[in-house]
Amino acid sequence: MIAMIAKRFASAIPSLIGVIIVTFVISHTLPGDPAAYFAGPSATAESIAETRARLGLDQPLPIQFLTYVGDLVQGDMGRSFNSGQPVLTDLARRLPASFELTLYALVFAIVVAVPLGLWAAVNPGSWIDHLCRGTVTAAAAFPSFFTALVLIFVFYYKLGWAPSPIGRLAIYFPIPPSVTGFLTIDAVLAGDLATARAALGQLILPAISLGLFALAPLARMTRASMIGVLGSDFITTARAEGLPRRTVLWTYGFRNALLPVVNILGMIFSFLLGANVLIEQVFGWPGIGSYAVEAVLTSDYAAIQGFVVMMAVLYILLNLGVDILNMIVDPRVRYDD
Amino acid sequence: MTEQINVPPLPSEPSRLVNFWRGLVYAMRSNPLTAFAMVLFLLFVIAALFGEAIAPYGPLTTSSNTLQPPSWAHPFGTDQLGRDVLSRTIVAARVDFGIALAAVGISFVLGLWLGAAAGYFGGWTDRIVGRMVDTIMAFPLFVLAMGIVAALGNTVWNIVYATAIINLPFYIRFARAEVNSRRDAGFVEAARLSGNSAARILSVHLIPNILPPMMVQVSLNLGWAILNAAGLSFIGLGVRPPTPEWGIMVSEGANYIFSGEWWVFFFPGFALVLAVFCFNLLGDGLRDMIDPKGRT
Repeated sequence: MIAMIAKRFASAIPSLIGVIIVTFVISHTLPGDPAAYFAGPSATAESIAETRARLGLDQPLPIQFLTYVGDLVQGDMGRSFNSGQPVLTDLARRLPASFELTLYALVFAIVVAVPLGLWAAVNPGSWIDHLCRGTVTAAAAFPSFFTALVLIFVFYYKLGWAPSPIGRLAIYFPIPPSVTGFLTIDAVLAGDLATARAALGQLILPAISLGLFALAPLARMTRASMIGVLGSDFITTARAEGLPRRTVLWTYGFRNALLPVVNILGMIFSFLLGANVLIEQVFGWPGIGSYAVEAVLTSDYAAIQGFVVMMAVLYILLNLGVDILNMIVDPRVRYDD
Repeated sequence: MTEQINVPPLPSEPSRLVNFWRGLVYAMRSNPLTAFAMVLFLLFVIAALFGEAIAPYGPLTTSSNTLQPPSWAHPFGTDQLGRDVLSRTIVAARVDFGIALAAVGISFVLGLWLGAAAGYFGGWTDRIVGRMVDTIMAFPLFVLAMGIVAALGNTVWNIVYATAIINLPFYIRFARAEVNSRRDAGFVEAARLSGNSAARILSVHLIPNILPPMMVQVSLNLGWAILNAAGLSFIGLGVRPPTPEWGIMVSEGANYIFSGEWWVFFFPGFALVLAVFCFNLLGDGLRDMIDPKGRT
C-alpha cells in the first residue's frame, strides 16, 4: 500500500515540473518591466539598470529559471508589488477564506446533487428523472458571477434576508482567535455563537452561487453510476434472493455507485477553485481569488506567479489525495502503470 | 419472343438532403427540448449575423435617459449612459459567439490532430502529448486562462487563445482514445497494407470516423467556452468597454444593484445563460442522435 502511494506520488512530479516551467514562462512574458516598477517613478535609465541587476533580471533566462526554482524550494515566491509583503505571507493569510468558501460550496453541491442523482436513477424515465435533468442542465448554464448577482439582488436588496454581501464578517463582530482559519469553526471553538452565525450568514450566498456550478457534473455522475450499478448482475441476484429494497439500494447499490462520484470530487474541487476567482470578486471576499484578479489587472508579477504555482500545487495534491482515498476505500483500484 | 417481366419499380432512394431532413424532424419530435434549443440557436445566429440591423438603437448611442427601467421604448431599460440595453445585448451576441467559435475551432483542429497522432503512433508522440495534457490539466483551468491572458496581453485574441488552450486537453484525450481503439481495426490494417501513408490513413480513414462523437464534444464545449470568455471579461480581461459584450455588461451593471437598477446586469446575463443552455441542450440532443446508449 505505502509503496503504491509513493508510486502515485512520484507520478505527480512531472506535472509539478511542467507547472513550474509554464508559470515561469507565463510570468516572464508578462507585459511591463518589473525593474522600472521597482526603481520607482523618478528612476533614470541608470537606476533602472541597477535595479535590474539587483533583481537578477539581467541574467540569461536559464539562470533566472534556476534561481527561481531555488527560491521556490525555499518557499520564497518573491514580494508582491501591491502589498509590499512576501507573496507567500499574503497567500497564506488569504487561503483559509477561499478554502472555507469552497468547502461550503462543495458541501452544498453534494447535499443537493447526490440525492437528486440517486432519486433520478432509482426512477429512470419518470418525471423526477426529467426534473433532475432539467434542473441540472439549467444550473450548468448559469455563470457563477451572474447567479451571485441575482442572489444578491433578491436576498439582500429585495428581501433583506442576507447580510450585506461584502467580506467574510461584518465589522462589528469580533474576529475569533485563529485556530483553523475558518471563521465559522473558529467562532464556535471560541464559544462565540453570534459571530459564528454571522460568518455563516456571509457564507451562504457565495457558497450557493459557487456550488450551483458543481451540481451538474455531480448529479449526472451520481445518476449514471447508480444506473450502471443497479443494472449489474449482483443487484439482480440480490433482488432475486428477496432482499428488502432498502438493503439492495443502499447497501449494495449506493456504496458501489459512490466510488466514481468520489473520484470526480477532485476535478470538481478544481472547478470550484477556478470559479472562486469570480465569486470572490463579486462578494469582496478576501481570499486568494480576489488577490489574483487584482494582481493580474495590475501586472503584479510575483503575486500572479505565486498564485498560479500555489493553485496548481494544491490541485495536484488534491488529486493525489483523492486517488489515495480511492485506493483505501476500494481495494480494486490499482494504479499499475 | 421475349417475355416482358413486370418488375415493380423500386422505391427511389430518397436524396441525402431529404434523409437528413427526416432524421432532423425525427430527432426534434422525440426530444422537444432539442427542438427548442435549435430555435434558440437560430435566433442567436440571426442576432450574431444581423445584430446591428435588428437592434432598435445603436449599441453605443448614448442619451440623457440614463438608467430607465424597462418600458415599451426600451424593453430591457437603459444603462448608466442612456444606452439601450436590448440593443447592446443583441449586438453582443456576435462578440461572444465569435470568441467561443474561434476558440473551440482552434482547440478542435489542434486537439483532433494531436490526439489522433498520439493515439495512432503511440510511443514517444503519445508520451509527449500526454505530458502536455497533464500539465494543462494540473492547473485550475480558469486560473490558467487568466494567467495566459495576463501574460500575452489584454486583448480579445488572447482571450480566444487562452480559451482554446484550456479546452485543448478534452479534445486531445477524446481523439486519442477514439483513434487508439480503432488503430488495429480491419479497415485500418487494410489501408496500411495497401501502402497508405500514416498521414493518409489518419485523415482519410480514421478522423472521418471519429468526427461524429467529436461534434457532440464541440457543442457541449461551446457553452463552456462562452462561460469562460464572459468570465474573463467580467473580471476586466480581454474585451474593453464600451464594446457590447455580455460579461462586461454584467460587470458594469453590478454597480447598480444596490440602487435597485437590476435590468442593467440582468438581461445581458440572462442572454449568456440562454446561450450556454442552448449549446448544452444541443449537445445532449446530438449525443442522443449519434449515440443513444451514451445518455446520462
